[in-house]
Amino acid sequence: MTSLLKFQRIRARWLIAALALGNAGPSAHAADPLIVHLTLKDHRFEPQEVKIPANQTFTIKIKNLDPTPEEFESQSLRVEKVIVGGSEGTLQIRPLNAGRYRFFGDYNESTAFGYLDVR
Amino acid sequence: MLAAAIIVFREAIEAGLIIGIVMAVTRNVPGRSQWIVGGVVSGLAGAGLVAAFAGTLSNAVAGTGTELFNATVLGLAVCMLAWHNIWMARHGRKMATQLRAVGEAVVGGSRSLAALAIVVGIAVLREGSEVVLFLYGIAVSDGSGGLSLLAGGLLGLMLGGSLSLLTYLGLVQIPPRLIFGVTSALITFLAAGMASQCVSFLAQAGIVTALGNTAWNTSWLLSETSIPGKVFHTLFGYSEQPSFMQLIAYLATLAVIFTATRIVAPTPRPLPASAKPIARN
Repeated sequence: MTSLLKFQRIRARWLIAALALGNAGPSAHAADPLIVHLTLKDHRFEPQEVKIPANQTFTIKIKNLDPTPEEFESQSLRVEKVIVGGSEGTLQIRPLNAGRYRFFGDYNESTAFGYLDVR
Repeated sequence: MLAAAIIVFREAIEAGLIIGIVMAVTRNVPGRSQWIVGGVVSGLAGAGLVAAFAGTLSNAVAGTGTELFNATVLGLAVCMLAWHNIWMARHGRKMATQLRAVGEAVVGGSRSLAALAIVVGIAVLREGSEVVLFLYGIAVSDGSGGLSLLAGGLLGLMLGGSLSLLTYLGLVQIPPRLIFGVTSALITFLAAGMASQCVSFLAQAGIVTALGNTAWNTSWLLSETSIPGKVFHTLFGYSEQPSFMQLIAYLATLAVIFTATRIVAPTPRPLPASAKPIARN
């Protein structure tokens, strides 16, 4: 039992060392996950405009601070997802070409919208 | 109130059209009403469940639960529609020309009814859960106008129901010798559109990432969020900015159903106009 634990600990140490080496290597930036954080309050997105680099996959995390659900939607980003009140939703986005991409909340589109400025 | 009506109607379009088409496809199958009503009722119950557990579903499988769920039920609907068309191509025409197999036709007919009832259930479930969440949002947000918004929501649902009826009444106007072909084509396009949507959800979950670039952008021509856009989206799988992978899924589904129905069709003789509809569903 203890030897097994020890083995696992050693293995874990190796893993950490390997990861550290990997991070020092030239491919480090590729593993860097890009996350865009948005919050929704009073049916408004904050920030309303986000700058992100082109040609890189990224994640959008939307925290809905309203008590009501909202459907996060965008035709140009090709996403649609309901985020219930007081929860957070995660979306994977493909690498984008430069441009302006509109997103909106389907249930309150008059106030809930914003843009990704990709360059 | 009008805004709420439009939002709910937009969500109800897909289910409304699908119910209308299924009603037309099964117009002569005995006992079809129970199946369709059963599909709608289970879809509504499912919609309530999905809405109630939307948060749990969303957080499941590392935040991709909703996407996986949508992709799975859409995939299931595609299989049911494909199976229905292939089965009808094999047996529908044969039994229409050989009346001896009437008993078999009823059994087979109810089997393909079950497939279509599942499709109806899935359509109601997917769109219905969004309507439930929207109406729930109205109900919990305090303030005036809640009642008028709810009335708007109800109006939207009624419009969706009328769309079902209009679709059905429109389709049954088609001359009997053409309606088999028309409804088969409609079901094939429905399936292809759902396959493309399924791929879109898999991409959103980060599972299918290949060929994710946008094939074209026709948002200037027809917005997908407009009401005509929604109708085209449901009937023909219209997407204003599809990915190449969606396009491939769409065309592959069309090709598979088209080829399979040709292969299984017993004799390529045209259907006699006098053929009795029970077998044709």
